[in-house]
Amino acid sequence: MSAQLLVFFILAALSVIGALSLIFQKHPIHSALSLIVVMVALAGLYLLMGAEFVAAVQIIVYGGAIMVLFVFVIMLLNAGLEEHTSISKMAGFPGILLALALTGFVAATVARSAGLFVQVAGDNGKIPGTLSSTRELSNMIFRNFAYPFELTSILILIAILGAIVLAHREN
Amino acid sequence: MVPTTYYIALSAVLFGLGVLAFIFKRNIITIFMSIELMLNAVNLAFVAFSQRTGKLDGQIFVLFVIIVAAAEAAVGLGIIILIARNRQSLNVERVDLLKL
Repeated sequence: MSAQLLVFFILAALSVIGALSLIFQKHPIHSALSLIVVMVALAGLYLLMGAEFVAAVQIIVYGGAIMVLFVFVIMLLNAGLEEHTSISKMAGFPGILLALALTGFVAATVARSAGLFVQVAGDNGKIPGTLSSTRELSNMIFRNFAYPFELTSILILIAILGAIVLAHREN
Repeated sequence: MVPTTYYIALSAVLFGLGVLAFIFKRNIITIFMSIELMLNAVNLAFVAFSQRTGKLDGQIFVLFVIIVAAAEAAVGLGIIILIARNRQSLNVERVDLLKL
C-alpha cells in the first residue's frame, strides 16, 4: 500500500523535475534529454497502474522513435544555445497567470469530482486497478476499434509522404 | 492503491508546465517538445481514468494519441527543417512573415 505510494511519489517527482528541466535548460539537446526522463517516468507510472502494454508502447514509440527523431533533427540543424530575445510583457505576465489558472482549474474540477470516481467504479462490478490484460486490449483494438485502427495506418502513410515532400530539397 | 486524484493532479501539473514551456521557449524545436509534454500529460489522465473505471477504452485512446503524436512529430519536424533552411534560424521571433 505505502510502497505503491512511495513509487508513485518518486516517479511523479522525477517527471516534474524533468518537465522543469525542459523549461530551464538553454540547449535544445538538454531539453530533449529532460523530456526523455519525463517519458520514462510516465512509463513507470503506467506500469504502476497496471497498463503494461501502454508502458511498453510509451518507451518504444515515445522514448525511442519520436525522441530519436527530435535528437536527430537537433543534430541535423546544428541547433545551438537558445537566443535570448526579450519576452514581451504581454506574453509573459498573462502567460504565467494563464498556466497557473489552468492548473488550478483542472485540479479544482478533479478535487470536486473525486467522489464521482468511486461511484463510477462501483457500477461495472470490476475491482479498479486490476485490469491490465494485454489480450483484452488487443481484442478491443481488432474488434471494436478495428476501423479507426486501420485508418491510423493511412494517417501514418500520409504523414510520411508529407514529411518527405516538406523536407525534400528542390533544385 | 494510489488515489486517482493524485494521478490527475500530476497530469494537471505536467500540462501546466507544458503550457509554460510553450509560452516561454524561443527555440522552435523546444516549443514542439513542450507540445509532446502536454500530450503525455493527457495520456496520464486517460490511463488513470481507465484504471479507475476498470475499462480499457482509456488505454485505447492513449494508443491512438501516441500514433497521432508520431505522425505529428514527422510532419512537424519536416516543417521545422524547412523553416530552418529558409530563415537560417530556429528562433520563433524570426518567423514573423504573418505578423502585422
